[in-house]
Amino acid sequence: MRNIFVIFRKEIRSYFVSPIAYLLLTMFALIFGFFFWNALGYFVLMGMEEQMRGQAFPMNLNEQIIRPLLSNVSVIGLFFIPMITMRLFAEEKRSGTIELLATSPVRDIEVIVGKWLAALTLYAGMLLFTAINFAFLFKYGNPDWKPLAIGYLGLLLQAGGLLAIGTFISTLTKNQIIAGAATFGICLLLWVLEWVSGYETATWAQVLAYMSVITHFESFAKGVLDIKDTIFYLTVIFLGLFFTSRSMESLRWRS
Amino acid sequence: MITVKDLTKRYARNVAVDHISFEVQKGQIVGFLGPNGAGKTTTMRMLTCFLPPTAGAATVAGFDVLEQPLEVKKRIGYLPESPPLYPEMETAEYLSFVGKLKGLSGPELNKRVDYVCERCAIADVKNKLLGKLSKGYRQRVGLAQAIIHNPDVLVLDEPTAGLDPKQINETRDLIKGLAGDHTIILSTHILPEVEQTCEQVIIINKGKLVATDSVHNLQNRARGAETMFIEVGGRNGNLETALVENRLAKVNGVSRVQFKTSHGDRNVFEVESQKGFVRGDLARAVVEAGWDLNELRPAAMSLEEIFLQLTKSDAPAATEEPAAKGVA
Repeated sequence: MRNIFVIFRKEIRSYFVSPIAYLLLTMFALIFGFFFWNALGYFVLMGMEEQMRGQAFPMNLNEQIIRPLLSNVSVIGLFFIPMITMRLFAEEKRSGTIELLATSPVRDIEVIVGKWLAALTLYAGMLLFTAINFAFLFKYGNPDWKPLAIGYLGLLLQAGGLLAIGTFISTLTKNQIIAGAATFGICLLLWVLEWVSGYETATWAQVLAYMSVITHFESFAKGVLDIKDTIFYLTVIFLGLFFTSRSMESLRWRS
Repeated sequence: MITVKDLTKRYARNVAVDHISFEVQKGQIVGFLGPNGAGKTTTMRMLTCFLPPTAGAATVAGFDVLEQPLEVKKRIGYLPESPPLYPEMETAEYLSFVGKLKGLSGPELNKRVDYVCERCAIADVKNKLLGKLSKGYRQRVGLAQAIIHNPDVLVLDEPTAGLDPKQINETRDLIKGLAGDHTIILSTHILPEVEQTCEQVIIINKGKLVATDSVHNLQNRARGAETMFIEVGGRNGNLETALVENRLAKVNGVSRVQFKTSHGDRNVFEVESQKGFVRGDLARAVVEAGWDLNELRPAAMSLEEIFLQLTKSDAPAATEEPAAKGVA
């Protein structure tokens, strides 16, 4: 446990002494800010049209702003996750510092979990910027906070799974670009897998669609804590970290 | 302190380390000698639990590297070929990170960081980024990192590679100074380095153990035969090389004479002798014959030659006999 924390602190620090963390946080804040501004603008327009027509449509901040925005964040995350994980192990392998970690009295799994937690923390830091935007909704409106909290939980679970996959891919190569590109490809694929359900209903298509990380987020975006989807994400996290530890072990046998 | 028995590392296409056995006693400095690609690094990586052996066993401080890697890792300090530094960290911060990894904490950790900084003469770069340090400092930080947890065993992979002569001397002195409290294995392909720092030598070549012996014995063995270059000039410009060869071959102790090159006046002969010291006799022979002795220098005994000698002279017994005599 203590070793995990030692690794975690080192990773967090190296995110923040290099420009990576600042770059990612700034880009994400800008992109999300733009999404938020758009969503809000459209919401306000709807409200004015409603007043002019004199008809009362049900207007709901949770349904019309928070829910679609959370879905957007889950997709934007796919683009940021490779940039968070690509250096985790590739960099250590390239510079030879992996030899220090592997010959220190720490278990592989402690190193892996420490690094993965650091990556997840950086992602959570990105989510903080969305919270700043949402805070305005609470100041001027009256949305329900519970669906939002569940949405955040879903985002963290989804990112946890993808980050675990990214961590695994990072152990496969010395080259950060390769690690990043491969992770990006996999993330994208896991997103679009769901599209087959649009025209195909055979079992294989259902299985493919089920594997898509995005479909499992829908319930969280609605504010529903679905055990099935939670377990799906936990499984992805577990498998990703498990493969990472296998990969670290095989590294020793091969190199 | 270290026992290695039939240690083997096999890769898909080649055998990197082939049934190596040796022992190292507590407090000794042992030189691990071999040309590049001999299997030094692979052996060290197996000792430090970075690589698992394919066959055979190794124990460090009584713990098996395969069975109890965590116990071994606690007792071993390792400096890989290139020091494992994080360029974005400062020296003191890096050392304290490594210290924590090795299980130190609290005031003891701070004490050790200060101690190794002073010991390795890196106190003046304590707050500098590792990425900005010169090669000499990087190497010393690497060494400091290896001794931070006061390990019983130190494994140093080519600790002087890439340093300038002054730094090489400083590093050697530092290693010698560490010998009292630690058992040290250091690898190198430079023979004088072993002569200066180590008490015991393990020579490997192409993954096989060639000899384990004390430095003293090895030197004697190497000095048994000597190769020299003699440059002889004729009085009036021309010189019968065959005549010179004949005359030199007659000198007591000379086993082989060969004419190498001639550039105008410069005629160089290569002379091999069996016995200790024949240079005086050679010089006299040349001068008495009425030729000019322009140069007489011993060919530096390269590691490669010692290998050739060791593998040539007692080839069948080379792996068995010295190993049996061992370090004990």
